Amino acid sequence: MNQLIISGSPHVHGEMSIKSIMWGVVIALIPAWLVSLWYFGIAALFVTLLAILSCVAIEYVIQKYLLHQEPTISDGSAVVTGLLLAFNVPSSLPWWQVIIGSLVAIGIAKMSFGGLGKNIFNPALVARVFLLISFPVSMTTWPRPIESRMAFLNFDGITGPTALGTLKTHLAMGETISQIKLPTYESLFWGEIGGSLGEVSAIALILGGIYLLYRKIITWHIPVSYILTSFLFAGILWWVNPEKYIDPVFHILAGGLLLGAIYMATDMVSSPMTPWGQIVFGIGCGVLTILIRVFGAYPEGVSFAILIMNAFVPLINRAFKPKRFGEVK
Amino acid sequence: MKTFAIGGVHPQENKFSASSPIEVLPIPAKVFIPLSQSLGVPSKPLVKKGDEVKIGQMIAAGEALISSNLHSPVSGKVEKVDDYIDASGYRRPAIFITVEGEEWIPEIDTSPDFIGEITLEGPAIIQKIKEMGIVGMGGATFPTHVKLMIPPGKKAEYLIINGVECEPYLTSDHRLMLEKPAEIITGIRLLMKALGVEKAIIGIENNKPDAIELLSKTAADYPGIEVVPLKVKYPQGGEKQLIAALTGREVPSGKLPIEVGCVVQNVGTAFAVYEAVQKNKPLIERIVTVTGSNISQPSNFLVRIGTPIITLLEKAGWNPEKAGKIINGGPMMGKALFSPEVPLVKGTSGILVLNRDEAYREKTEPCIRCAKCISVCPMGLQPYLLARVSEIGRFDIAENEYILDCIECGSCQYTCPSARPLLDHIRLGKYKVNQIIRSRKN
Repeated sequence: MNQLIISGSPHVHGEMSIKSIMWGVVIALIPAWLVSLWYFGIAALFVTLLAILSCVAIEYVIQKYLLHQEPTISDGSAVVTGLLLAFNVPSSLPWWQVIIGSLVAIGIAKMSFGGLGKNIFNPALVARVFLLISFPVSMTTWPRPIESRMAFLNFDGITGPTALGTLKTHLAMGETISQIKLPTYESLFWGEIGGSLGEVSAIALILGGIYLLYRKIITWHIPVSYILTSFLFAGILWWVNPEKYIDPVFHILAGGLLLGAIYMATDMVSSPMTPWGQIVFGIGCGVLTILIRVFGAYPEGVSFAILIMNAFVPLINRAFKPKRFGEVK
Repeated sequence: MKTFAIGGVHPQENKFSASSPIEVLPIPAKVFIPLSQSLGVPSKPLVKKGDEVKIGQMIAAGEALISSNLHSPVSGKVEKVDDYIDASGYRRPAIFITVEGEEWIPEIDTSPDFIGEITLEGPAIIQKIKEMGIVGMGGATFPTHVKLMIPPGKKAEYLIINGVECEPYLTSDHRLMLEKPAEIITGIRLLMKALGVEKAIIGIENNKPDAIELLSKTAADYPGIEVVPLKVKYPQGGEKQLIAALTGREVPSGKLPIEVGCVVQNVGTAFAVYEAVQKNKPLIERIVTVTGSNISQPSNFLVRIGTPIITLLEKAGWNPEKAGKIINGGPMMGKALFSPEVPLVKGTSGILVLNRDEAYREKTEPCIRCAKCISVCPMGLQPYLLARVSEIGRFDIAENEYILDCIECGSCQYTCPSARPLLDHIRLGKYKVNQIIRSRKN
């Protein structure tokens, strides 16, 4: 008999691992990715592959040559960050800006905080906001779906605004909602609209979300509270003045709200840890998103809303503890 | 179907030995009886080197309030009373007995007859249970007679019988329920009489439909005894979880089950109580599951206390070359043994032998704050936080975050996708916090 192994209980381990979680998220993003390939073509393929590759490579280089650690790129977390970063930019984004985005996401938002599990802010969103502020033109130039399919590097004449962009511009010009020509719900649902690469199709994003719930990678608390709050807040505004404020269904389907609520706000590392904390977090995200969209300078508020709420996570964790068994009040 | 509300996990059940009938293991040539076989103070030896002992003869007395009597499981000669390595890995005093013949003390009724009629009164039953050295057979080995003495001002309302066997792999309670239903029900009636309660609830997880059916049928004549099927969920066999599942009551933090009018006993204990009271038989043997990937014939044995564990392993066909871990108990809460030579004790409900390839822990990764540990914790604690503050020595935070509520079920560590050793750190934290609280009192 060989030496026996001694360790404390438990002696068995469940099936879930970091790898299974990360690759589960990748699988959940596949429907939305396929939709983006359908509408935005080669450029979308190029941007996603470049973002994933550069995120993985940057993490590898930092771990191996800067921190002298064993690289952990096979855990899939850099792949998820790359994929989400690509989902949050237009498919026409110049290649070098994609790489700068990856550098900000992995280098600044993730590794400088200590790597996997230590980052306060969602890396892909930090990169998106960094790019938006640094390259406002290329980050708000949206290739038109289907027409831009074969375009690569040259997108002249085939770009247009997003649904939220159209709304914001025309409202600023003093028009009322009924005068503005907006995409139909149908095109918002299937994704035939301008926008970031991965945010266009509501149905594809919801399908992936159902998969994440089924695999127990996310719980319902953040997406439901986020979407419901946005719906109610936007609904109240719409009820007050439907000519000035667009209806709540439009808010849910347009822009990055579903992508944000299902995939970005639910990022385990940067979201609260108890059910009530998550609900509060989702409510905060929802309120901020609508506030920024309706009253802010930007047509879209999802990234800012989630990043702001990320900063509150330590406080939320402190304030909302799980319900204890046999709690003595 | 009923279950407890907060947390819990569902590991692979792997009840390989569920259909293996209980088999009587031959008596070994030598037994080792550790003097510390129940919670509390070790028993005081009554025999010395060279003494002749018979089966059932008392050989050590539990003199302290929380302590228990020990009886010789074999007949033969006391070789010595000396330190021997027990299941915990420490050298502790034990009585060594060399087996000679098989002579029982005459008081014990060794006939196979079933005695269903109860003649003793409550206090006499408790006295008998104490004499016969009965302890909790689920694994915690709390002396049963102490549990039956209700503190003044409290009242027992329910006797809760634990037939859950929520630990994966283990089947000893399951087999016992199938093979000794009448004895178990009689044991429960004895316990009810001892406690003066009208109602007993037997909780059984619904992965044992045959046991649920059989015990329901056997208990049908006694309206006070109810069998309740429970949804399979670990750690339902934990006292507090079982009470919550069956009655909806939550034992307050830091309190005992009697606070909500409940006393919990294991089905194995009910059987031992039957034998003690009706047959005058002390606790000298028990049913043990021997199972795991390393065991060719997963079995349930009736084994004399003090039998070296290696005897069981050989009988069940283990493979010493491939064995990586021998666990005293189930995979979730059992203790890893460093040697198969240690003796079986009253609290050993199973021996699980894992092959080397599945005996190692997975590589630890950074915490990704997924909160799975929080969602599975049956006590509603924050395991990641307790582990972290224990790791960095902030026991003050650990205490304030109720580390002492932890029942060490291991659900957090089982679930953790990063395979972090959460419970290792929490155990250390609990130990330290207990130390700090004691030093505060002095």
